[in-house]
Amino acid sequence: MTTIAPNGWIRQLRRALPPSSVCIAAAWALLMYFTAFSADFIAPYNYETINLKARLAPPIWMAGSNPDHLLGTDNLGRDILSRLIYSIRTSLLIAALGTVISAVLGSTIGFLAAHHKGWISEAILLLIDFQSALPFLILALAVLAFFDNNMFFFILIMGIYGWERYARLARSLALSATAQGYAVAVTTLGATTGRIYLRHILPNVASTLIVNMTINFPEIIMVETSLSFLGLGVQPPNTSLGSMVGFGREYLLTAWWIAVLPTLMIFISTLAFSLLGDWVRDKLDPVLRES
Amino acid sequence: MRILLVVRKLCRALLTILLLVTFVFVVLRLSGDPAVTMLGTDVSKDAYDLFRQRWGLDLPIWKQYLTYLANITKGDFGPSFMAGGQDALSVILQHLPKSLWLMGLTSLFTFLIGIPLGVYAALRHNSGVDRLIMAVSVAKFSLPSFVIGVLLIMIFAVFWKILPSAGSETPAHYILPVLTMALSDAAIFARFSRSAMLETLGAEYMRTAQAKGLRWALAVRRHAFPNAVIPIVTISGWYLGRNIAAATITENVFAWPGLGRLLVTSVENRDMAVVQAIVMLVGFTLVTANLLVDFSYGWLDPRIRSTQK
Repeated sequence: MTTIAPNGWIRQLRRALPPSSVCIAAAWALLMYFTAFSADFIAPYNYETINLKARLAPPIWMAGSNPDHLLGTDNLGRDILSRLIYSIRTSLLIAALGTVISAVLGSTIGFLAAHHKGWISEAILLLIDFQSALPFLILALAVLAFFDNNMFFFILIMGIYGWERYARLARSLALSATAQGYAVAVTTLGATTGRIYLRHILPNVASTLIVNMTINFPEIIMVETSLSFLGLGVQPPNTSLGSMVGFGREYLLTAWWIAVLPTLMIFISTLAFSLLGDWVRDKLDPVLRES
Repeated sequence: MRILLVVRKLCRALLTILLLVTFVFVVLRLSGDPAVTMLGTDVSKDAYDLFRQRWGLDLPIWKQYLTYLANITKGDFGPSFMAGGQDALSVILQHLPKSLWLMGLTSLFTFLIGIPLGVYAALRHNSGVDRLIMAVSVAKFSLPSFVIGVLLIMIFAVFWKILPSAGSETPAHYILPVLTMALSDAAIFARFSRSAMLETLGAEYMRTAQAKGLRWALAVRRHAFPNAVIPIVTISGWYLGRNIAAATITENVFAWPGLGRLLVTSVENRDMAVVQAIVMLVGFTLVTANLLVDFSYGWLDPRIRSTQK
């Protein structure tokens, strides 16, 4: 074409940007993070504030609503909007910490397996097999049955989720990296093992591990909300999107908004984070694409 | 050579189960005095002593471990206090059929819907139908099953009032739980069978079949599909695990009296005997399933069969 179309820059911008679904997902994720960080400032009420006079008020667009509560109230008259905001904070916090713990734990174990050949490596491989053979949810339930559940402990449990994938990835990446020139060179120069792995191999294999983190993140949200829904995850007075659905389930017939609003929030959020994760994976790491 | 491989795989499976038993043992011991955890705090000292003696808790730890192993092998997981001291294994066996029905029907619908959809999407690659199936499968992949369950209850039980939302008495009670699980699983199977089919459709042997004048439909049926089945079988072990986890949650959404619901109520009430029995059962089933999948490769794929020999 010889003439430049008047909307040429729009087309250029569109070509530079990821597909619109990914843009919307990213916008939603940013909104979620903003909500999580500024929960104390934007929530109209404290999530624990009970207002028995305004029990079971429907959202503002329905008949009989209470103008003080935009998204209605639950069975104790607690503001749904405020509880949603704080629940987003809890769920995102657990997912973020869980993802980091899992990445550090799994990669360390993977590097260990790559470095120590012989029985240590065999034992780690067996552990990886063991973990991937069993559904994490069942194991988590078993552990939660035996120990007292508190926030700290629960985050640790969530941090175990998915470690075996990091371990498997880190091991195979490190095995191929140690054979490469730079690793051999620093080994010959007499660098300590820790230095080789942390300063030389890790930066070279980090992109794949980071891609795995973006996939892990929405999965931890799924497991956390599921456990909280069952009443075995986040315990009151703390609130998570899953536990809101769990408590609101009793009121589906009379006050559907208590359960349905957090359900929609989980629906949109896990979808958005998964779309983002998929996109990042396709962009950054063709190796992982089909796994 | 072949027998050696089978033995190796069997050993690995046994080791995994041993690891699971050990894991439960360690967790149980770490979490406090098993006598107190099992019996609660409001029993007499004699009851504790009796319990300790019966479970050998007064012995050194390695002897305890061996006793524990022996009990597990005999299928003795201890009494379930929620079921009035009934043997834990018989309690879970009572709940098992309901779960098996749920999971069985779900798998049936998953295969019947998912695989044909995936194959269809692959045959109409890049068409609107293909894109739609892929979009839905990404959406379904990333949703916890209770989210789908709650939304289905909202639509069918609250707004339209045409289906029951809790219990398992009539066939109508099966519809929503099975739908909840089958919807997301069918999407996953559609995705897998699509990519498996796409791979075999582009294979050299399909070109050869076409070149020698074989009808396309026949080539797909005889050459492409049988080869695509192998990767689909590969994920079935993983799928069973996913199915169990999904059933655990779905049963709790729909008050379904199966194993998943039993597991959660047992965890809530700290009925340790039942919890450990269920975990062992799930672990044993999955390890066996993965072993069977491993062995079925050789049967399904002649190339692997010849390398195994």
